[in-house]
Amino acid sequence: MKDTDIKRLLYTHLLCIFSIILSICIPSFFLENFSILETHLTWLCICSVSVTAVNLVLYLIVKPNASSKRSSISYKVTRFLKCCIYFLMSCFFFHVIFVLYGAPLIELVLETFLFAVILSTFTTVPCLCLLGPNIKAWLRVFSRNGVTSIWENSLQITTISSFIGTWLGAFPIPLDWERPWQVWPISCTLGATFGYVAGLVISPLWIYWNRKQLTYKNN
Amino acid sequence: MRLGSGAFAACCVVIEVLGVALFLRGFFPAPVRSSSRAEQRAEPAAPEPSAGASSNWTKLPPPLFKKVVIMLIDGLRDDFVFGSKGVKFMPYTTYLVEKGASHSFVAEAKLPTVTMPRIKALMTGSLPGFIDVVRNLNSPELLEDNVITQAKAAGKRIIFYGDETWVKLFPKHFVEYDGTTSFFVSDYTEVDDNVTRHLDKVLKRGDWDVLILHYLGLDHIGHVSGPSSPLIGHKLREMDSILMKIHTSLLSEERETLVPNLLVLCGDHGMSETGGHGASSMEELNTALILISSAFERKPGDIRRPKHVQQTDLAATLAIGLGLPIPGNSVGSLLFPTVEGRPVREQLRFLHLNAVQLSKLLQENVPSYEKEPGFEQFKMSERLHGNWIRLYLEENNSEVLFNLGAKVRRQYLDALRTLSLSLSRQVAQYDIYSMLVGTVVVLEVLSLLLLSIPEALSNKAELEVPLWSPVFSLLFYLTLLVLSALHVIVCTSAESSCYFCGLSWLTAGGVMVLVSALLCAVVSALAKTFGDGKFLSKNSAHPKPRWSELDVLILLGTMGHVLSLGASSFIEEEHQTWYFLINTLCLALCHEIYRNCLLRDDSEPQQCPHVEEEFIRTAAALQDRSTGCDTLEPHGVSRSLTSLDTLRGYEKWMVLASPWVILTCCRLLRSLNQTGVQWAHRPDLGHWLTRGVIEARFVHVFVLGILFTGTKDLLKSQVIATDVTIKTVGLWEIYSGLVLLAALLFRPHNLPVLVFSLLIQTIMTKFIWKPLRHDAAEITIMHYWFGQAFFYFQGNSNNIATVDISAGFVGLDTYIEVPAVFLTAFATFAGPVLWASHLVSFLSSETSSGSALSHACFCYALICSFPVSAYIILVTSLRYHLFIWSVFSPKLLYEGMHILITAAICVFFTAMDQTNTKS
Repeated sequence: MKDTDIKRLLYTHLLCIFSIILSICIPSFFLENFSILETHLTWLCICSVSVTAVNLVLYLIVKPNASSKRSSISYKVTRFLKCCIYFLMSCFFFHVIFVLYGAPLIELVLETFLFAVILSTFTTVPCLCLLGPNIKAWLRVFSRNGVTSIWENSLQITTISSFIGTWLGAFPIPLDWERPWQVWPISCTLGATFGYVAGLVISPLWIYWNRKQLTYKNN
Repeated sequence: MRLGSGAFAACCVVIEVLGVALFLRGFFPAPVRSSSRAEQRAEPAAPEPSAGASSNWTKLPPPLFKKVVIMLIDGLRDDFVFGSKGVKFMPYTTYLVEKGASHSFVAEAKLPTVTMPRIKALMTGSLPGFIDVVRNLNSPELLEDNVITQAKAAGKRIIFYGDETWVKLFPKHFVEYDGTTSFFVSDYTEVDDNVTRHLDKVLKRGDWDVLILHYLGLDHIGHVSGPSSPLIGHKLREMDSILMKIHTSLLSEERETLVPNLLVLCGDHGMSETGGHGASSMEELNTALILISSAFERKPGDIRRPKHVQQTDLAATLAIGLGLPIPGNSVGSLLFPTVEGRPVREQLRFLHLNAVQLSKLLQENVPSYEKEPGFEQFKMSERLHGNWIRLYLEENNSEVLFNLGAKVRRQYLDALRTLSLSLSRQVAQYDIYSMLVGTVVVLEVLSLLLLSIPEALSNKAELEVPLWSPVFSLLFYLTLLVLSALHVIVCTSAESSCYFCGLSWLTAGGVMVLVSALLCAVVSALAKTFGDGKFLSKNSAHPKPRWSELDVLILLGTMGHVLSLGASSFIEEEHQTWYFLINTLCLALCHEIYRNCLLRDDSEPQQCPHVEEEFIRTAAALQDRSTGCDTLEPHGVSRSLTSLDTLRGYEKWMVLASPWVILTCCRLLRSLNQTGVQWAHRPDLGHWLTRGVIEARFVHVFVLGILFTGTKDLLKSQVIATDVTIKTVGLWEIYSGLVLLAALLFRPHNLPVLVFSLLIQTIMTKFIWKPLRHDAAEITIMHYWFGQAFFYFQGNSNNIATVDISAGFVGLDTYIEVPAVFLTAFATFAGPVLWASHLVSFLSSETSSGSALSHACFCYALICSFPVSAYIILVTSLRYHLFIWSVFSPKLLYEGMHILITAAICVFFTAMDQTNTKS
């Protein structure tokens, strides 16, 4: 029963990775002087939009937890609006955390905020897709032994690896190599992206590897 | 013998301090110094050696030059003058170098290639070691024997224009001066015009003996746009015209007086390919040095190539040229071409003076100076010199006299070169043997600490220290024997001086006994661990304690910090590492709190089984591993389950909000003092606070806040005293006393640091550590992290320059060494000390079991000795790194001081623990 699930998981993840690669390659055909480092903010927007779109589409197609009992339009609309508000809140939340970590308060606000947006895209959007606007469910998933399906398990892995990637991405900033990618927040966004991609690759493999040991309460 | 783990840890740290001290002594060789100070040097010049016959030359020779002009161009690399640039942009200088009456040299500067030490080297002839920077923290004035002081004492009138560093170094030496600041690096015209504008007047006047000009423009251009910038050419051309002006003026004056003058063109350091300086690339070390005087006339066809010499040679040459005694600490040898035109007797006299000075310096700094080849050569040439004088006075055959004179001269020059080399090697070389012994001691202590973790953190917090068995073991004697043999071999074959060899036999023997005893202890601990490991794996019933995310974070953070010390940028920006770590720690705590608070509210009515089960397991693991509250064990699980549920209403909200409050405080503090290098230009909130009257009132508010919190702490201790012991009251009082002392010593704008520290401590205690029931080890490490972060919040950095010396003068009328050093050390390390003393007070008032304190002591010792041991090894392997003097060495000093303070704290911990167990 699980092998098909894992296969579906793998395909969705590959699509997500593909969307990131596309966001790097495609814009150079339309925009002049496009490169990740020089027009970093543009890339951030494009990447964020494309990853969000792919996530939404995949969610609508795959429907990992088909348990929506009520399906009235108004419910869906409120749910969608709630998701949007949650997304915005998470952006502001991350922004505040970056400032607490030492990002400049007034200069480079736009850069910091877009970084918060991309990190929210990598972490909050999948959470919203999978779990809906439900903080308690989120906390459950992100505590030990709290996951109830392979989807949640992969969500846990990708989210945590995005965070770790971001966290590690801050390390090169103080080094005196004077490279263009050491400028705030490029190394962190790159770290987040690498972390996200790594999480996408690792989670199906890890789940496949440990499929014997994994027993979920609700499955 | 059974020892409490606290006492054990304290002993270990004290031994470690010894090891670190030995390492430091080897790493920072004492600079070559003559014991007599500048003021006391009234001794007569050495008379001419004369075998039998009595010479009439007993006084210092008269000056060779009437006037000396030193034109120092900052950053004058050798190829700017001798290379293609020189030919292109400095035609007059090139003419002088190739055909004129001059001697040109490539003078090699020593590290650090920064202006101030280089000026010192040029004027004293000594090599300022790193330790000098630390020693002379409170006086920028150059107290060493130097050419300028000697010239002033001899009644010479000195005029100076240029970099104001000189004015700071020689405050009362110049009859006339105009300092320019090197602060505005982008200005490279005004800074030189301010020097040149005096020139015409001064050259006309002629009422001076020494004129010093220090031009900064070239260096500024280098910093701004690099050595290949077209601006360099303009600047060199300007310098060339100035040189021509000075030279023609000197020549026209000579025509009247008929006594030669000397013009010295030199650079203080070079310029790297990127335009900076400070490091040890060839471009930075090699500077141009040209001596111009009509006394150096040469015949046509006499080609003089620039010779490679040491920068320190200039001091001796200047002293001879001005008829002054050579500075006592000078390691340079006379630039012989300058005296080549003089009669042979004078030449030999100068060489002799220089050799006597160098050999005296050697005698004072090298215990086995008689074996030095340079000294033997000197004695030999002195004997030959005496013979030559006798022949000369007897007016012997000129042919024989000439040959002998040439021989003596050659002999002297050889002796000077060897002496100078062996003296500069004293400074430049690391004393590897002492460093090695120190490292071995530190590493043995660290491995002993690491091996005894399981035992020391057990519930009993005691461990068996085999004190007598190693003394009688075979291994001990074998090691001792091998070490002694090694010691003898190393010390007899050592070429350079070695501190450890210089120690008395008893002390060295003691150290070796210590080393071998520690080795035996490590081996026996190792054997015990493996034996136990096998035993356990056979039983295998012992459940492994599970690591929470917080433990993993703490462990990884500590390891990561230690690893980051290998990169110079991370040392410069170490505060960022700590801020980053405590931020992450707060977020992890936040996660833990939210999970505990929110999830259990839900899960309890639903009876979600796995959460419950998991929680019980972690609680059990916590109990198993940690505080070892033997008495609490039956209630422990239930208490820790209910601890968060009992908090209701406002308290719960406080718990939820506390990490964010702490994070905000840390963010505010971080912008209070920008330290480090890369972001140091950001505006400080602290400066805003000290700027005006209104802002100063804010500071007064903060002072009131401190007083309020202090009183609150005192009251709190009063309340606690009713049910616990008097001791905790005492501890809280000590803590409050330390807080008040810190408040007294801190700069006013730093008082918010203290307030926020108190605030964070209160919040952490009340809303995080108590409800979440962390064990003693975790709490200790968190205290350590916060202590380190506060060290940097205060505005400290890993640079010696940020040490606030004014704290040492608070409440003192004059400089008294012991209290000043103590106060400065306390003010600098106030953050770590305050947090450590808070730890003691908190643990002794919160937990009723005694083992928590000794666990904490053990953890504190371990976590402090880990970075210092790793850093010692890193520094040893990076000792030829470019930034060893500028970045790594100051950090090493800070680490040494930190381990000393840790030792004091651990001893204090243990003392508290002992009184606790007694009562």
